[in-house]
Amino acid sequence: MAHATDTKSGTRRDFLLLATGAAGAVAAGSIVVPLISQLAPDQQTIAAGAPVDVDLAPIAEGQAIKIFWRGKPIFVRHRTKKEIDEALAVDVATLRDPQTDQQRTKAGHEPILVVFGNCTHLGCIPLGTAPGEPKGDFDGWFCPCHGSHYDSSGRIRKGPAPLNLPVPPYAFTSDTKIKIG
Amino acid sequence: MSGHSSYVPKSGFERWLDARLPIIRLAHDSAVSYPVPRNLNYMWTFGGILVFMLVAQIITGVVLAMHYTANSLLAFNSVEHIMRDVNYGWMLRYLHANGASMFFIAVYMHIFRGIYYGSYKAPREVLWILGVVIFLLMMATAFMGYVLPWGQMSFWGATVITNLFSALPVIGEVIVSYLWGGYSVDNPTLNRFFSLHYLLPFMIFGVVILHVWALHHVGQNNPTGVEVKNVQKDTVPFTPYATIKDVLGMVVFMIVFGWFVFYQPNFMGHADNYIPANPAATPAHIVPEWYFLPFYAILRAIPDKLGGVLAMGGAIVILAFLPWLDTSKVKSMSYRPIARQLFWVWVIVCIGLGYLGAMPPEGGYVIASQIFTVLYFGFFVALFVVGLFERPKALPTSIADAVLASAKGGSAVRMAGAATAEPNVKG
Amino acid sequence: MSRTSLRLALAGLAAGLAASALSLTAVRAAEGRVEPPALSWSFSGPVGKFDRAQLQRGYKVYKEVCASCHAASLVRFRNLAQPGGPEFTVGQVNALAATYQVKDGPNETGEMFDRPGRAADAFPSPFANEQAARAANGGAYPPDFSVLAKARTYERGFPRFVFDIFTQYQEQGPDYIHALMVGYEEPPAGTTLLPGQYWNKYMPGHLIAMPKPLNDGQVEYPKGADGQPQVPETIDQYARDVSAFMVWMAEPHMEQRKRIALWFMPFLVIFAFLLYFSKKRIWARMPDGSATH
Repeated sequence: MAHATDTKSGTRRDFLLLATGAAGAVAAGSIVVPLISQLAPDQQTIAAGAPVDVDLAPIAEGQAIKIFWRGKPIFVRHRTKKEIDEALAVDVATLRDPQTDQQRTKAGHEPILVVFGNCTHLGCIPLGTAPGEPKGDFDGWFCPCHGSHYDSSGRIRKGPAPLNLPVPPYAFTSDTKIKIG
Repeated sequence: MSGHSSYVPKSGFERWLDARLPIIRLAHDSAVSYPVPRNLNYMWTFGGILVFMLVAQIITGVVLAMHYTANSLLAFNSVEHIMRDVNYGWMLRYLHANGASMFFIAVYMHIFRGIYYGSYKAPREVLWILGVVIFLLMMATAFMGYVLPWGQMSFWGATVITNLFSALPVIGEVIVSYLWGGYSVDNPTLNRFFSLHYLLPFMIFGVVILHVWALHHVGQNNPTGVEVKNVQKDTVPFTPYATIKDVLGMVVFMIVFGWFVFYQPNFMGHADNYIPANPAATPAHIVPEWYFLPFYAILRAIPDKLGGVLAMGGAIVILAFLPWLDTSKVKSMSYRPIARQLFWVWVIVCIGLGYLGAMPPEGGYVIASQIFTVLYFGFFVALFVVGLFERPKALPTSIADAVLASAKGGSAVRMAGAATAEPNVKG
Repeated sequence: MSRTSLRLALAGLAAGLAASALSLTAVRAAEGRVEPPALSWSFSGPVGKFDRAQLQRGYKVYKEVCASCHAASLVRFRNLAQPGGPEFTVGQVNALAATYQVKDGPNETGEMFDRPGRAADAFPSPFANEQAARAANGGAYPPDFSVLAKARTYERGFPRFVFDIFTQYQEQGPDYIHALMVGYEEPPAGTTLLPGQYWNKYMPGHLIAMPKPLNDGQVEYPKGADGQPQVPETIDQYARDVSAFMVWMAEPHMEQRKRIALWFMPFLVIFAFLLYFSKKRIWARMPDGSATH
C-alpha cells in the first residue's frame, strides 16, 4: 500500500511526532504556570504591605515600641545618650558584621533606631523592647532562644546569630514621624 | 488480560529494583505492553478522560483549599478572594467548578457506552459494580463541593438534599441532625462537608485503582462484544496505540472544557449562588446542578416523600444489578436490533428527565416526569424480557475479522486469514 | 420499523419540549416577568473588552447615586487601577481612597478610630450591617453590588440555552440591570401601591422597593472638546454605564481570561490536529509492521 513513500513517510513521521510531543510539552508547561503562580503573595497581601506611618512622639527616651509591617515585627527605639555613646564607641573592625552606628541611623535623628525584630539566627524575637526585659550584655537585645546578644545599635555581638538586625527601608516625614516601607 | 510479563529490565539498576519492587514492570505491563482490542472506537477514550478529570479536580482542588476558608461567615468572601486576589485564582476556581460538570459529562458518556456495548456482562460484573460505586462517590463529592461557596444554592441545596434522609422512618430525623451537626444547615455542616469533600476524591482514586485492576484482569470489552481470541491478531499494545488515541480524545475534550472555562464560565452554574447564603429566604426555584437533574425529576415525580427518595436511590442502585437484569448473552447492542432501539429511547428518556428536573414541579411537568420515570425503570424490565426472545444478528468470529469486514465495506462475511494475505510492508 | 420508532420517540420528545417551553412562557408571564431586551455590550464575545471610559463613567454613577444605599464590599480602591478595569491611575486611586474615612483599630486604648482610606481598603459600606440597611430602607435590603451582575439573570428556556453555548450569550445580568433602571412606569389602572412600593416593568412581580434611582442629567459626564458631554446624560446611558461597571466589579479578570483563551484555545485545536495525524500514522501499521487492514 505504501511501498513508494516509505522512506519519505519515515522522516515525516519523525517530524510529526516531534511536533506533537513539543505541543504536549507546551500544554503541560502552560498548566504548571498558574499552579506555581498562585503560591505567590496574592494581590491583597501585596496591597496591604504598603508603607506605614509611625508616630514617634509617644516614645520617650529610653523606651521602645514594637510595630508590625508586612507581618514582621519592627523595633523602634528612642535611645538614651549613654546608649548612643556606647554604640559609637565600638571599634567596628572587631564586629562580626561590621557596620557603624551612622550607617544604621538617619543623620540628625541619631536617637531613633529602627530595626527588624527577628533574630538573624533562626527568627525568634529578641527581648529588650518592653520595659523590664533583659537587654543582653550590650544594652540592646537578647534572644532567649539560642542566646544571641545585640548591642544598642542592633548589631550582633555575641551568640550564634550571623548578622546585625537589619534596618528596614524608612524615611522621616517630619521630626516626629517616619514612614516605613 | 494478564499474561506473561514482557518487561525486560535494561540497566543494572532496573534489574536491582525489579528484584525488590517490580514497579516498573507493573507500569510496563499495564500501560505499555497491555493488549488493547484493536477495534475500540472513540467512546473508549472516556475512561482515560475520566482519569485525567479526576487528577485535574484533585490538583485544582488542593490548590483552592490553600486559599479557601471553611467557615460560614467567611466562605463566600474567601471564594471571591480567590476570584479577585489570588494569582490565576479565577482560572483555578473556574477549572474546578466547570471541571465537575465536565467530569459528569465524561462519566455519563462512559456509562452509556458501557450499557450499549454490554460491558457489564460476564466476566465484567465486578468491574461494572465498582464503576457504580465510583459514580455514587462522585455524586456525593460533587454535592458537597457545591455547598462550599456558601451561596444561596449551596445552602438551600444542602438543606433540601440532607432533608431527603428525614424520609427514612424512625431514624431519619436523627440522621439528618447528625449530618448537620446542629438544628439546621450551619457552620458545622459546612466544616464537615469541606472535610469530606477533600477526602472522598482520594477514596474515588482508590476505587478507580480497583476498577482499572479489574479491567486489566478481564481485559477490555470492544464494539463487537466478542472476546479477544488471538492476542497477535486481535489486539495492539497499549503504547503507542491506545495512548495516542486517548490523548487525542483528552485534548478534544479539553477544547470543550476550555470553551466553558474561558468563554462561558458561569453557564453551568446558578446565578443564585452568587448571592451569599441566607437562611431566611429560599430562592424562587431550587434546582440542583444539571448532572443531578434526571434523578431530581424522579424524586419529584413520586408524590410521596419516602417513595420519592427510594425511587431516586433505586434509579442509581438498579444500575448495579444490570449484569443480571439483562438476560441476553450477546454483549454489543450493535447486534441486538430490539435492545438497541430500547437503548436510544432510554437515552432520550434520561435527557428528558434532566429537562423536567429543571422545570417547576407544576401541572404537566409532574405528569411528564411520572411517565418518564416509568419509562426509565421500564428500560430495565424490557431488557430482561427482550433478552429472552430477541434474535441477535450474526456475530463476527473474531475482532480481527470484524476489523477486516468493516475495512472491506461493512460486509459481515467471515474473512478469516485475510490479514495474512495483505502484503507485508515492513521496513 | 426500528427507524420509525426512533423517529417517533424523537418527535414526541421535541413536541413535549416545545409544549413545555410554551407553557413555561405562560408561567413566567403569570409571575409578572418581562424579558429584558438584549443590548450590545463591548465586553461580550470571545474578544470583548471593557470600554475604559464607560467603566469610569459607570463608577461615577455608582459613586454619586447607588453607593448611598448599595455597598460593594468586595471591591477595593486599588482594583480601580488594575489592568482590565476602569484603569484610573494609581495616583488618582490613592487620592480617591484618601477622601474616604475608614474605620480602623482598635488602638492601644481599645478605641476604634477613623483614618483616611488607602488603596488596599474596600469600598466603605453605607450601612454597618444588613439590619441597619433594612431599617433605613423601609425593610428592604439594598443588595451588595460586588457580584450582583452575576447574581441577576432571567430564564433563557429551551432551546435558547443550547444556542447560548455557541453564541456565548451570557449578559443576562447587565441586560436585566439596565432594563430595571429604565423600567419604572406608572402602575396599570387598578393597581394600588403601598407606601414604599414602586412599579417596574422588568422586576419579577413588578413591585420594587427601590424608588426610581436615575433621572436624565443627574450625573455630570466628562465633556469633550466642544464642551458637550461625550455621551448623552440620559437614564438609558447611565444605566448602560453602571451595568457595565457592575459586570467589571463581578468579573474583574474577564479581560485576562479572554486574553489567555485567545492563544490557548487555538493552540489546543492545533495540538488536536497534530495528535490526529500522529494517531493516523501510528495506527497505519500493526506492531509487526503489517497494515492494520
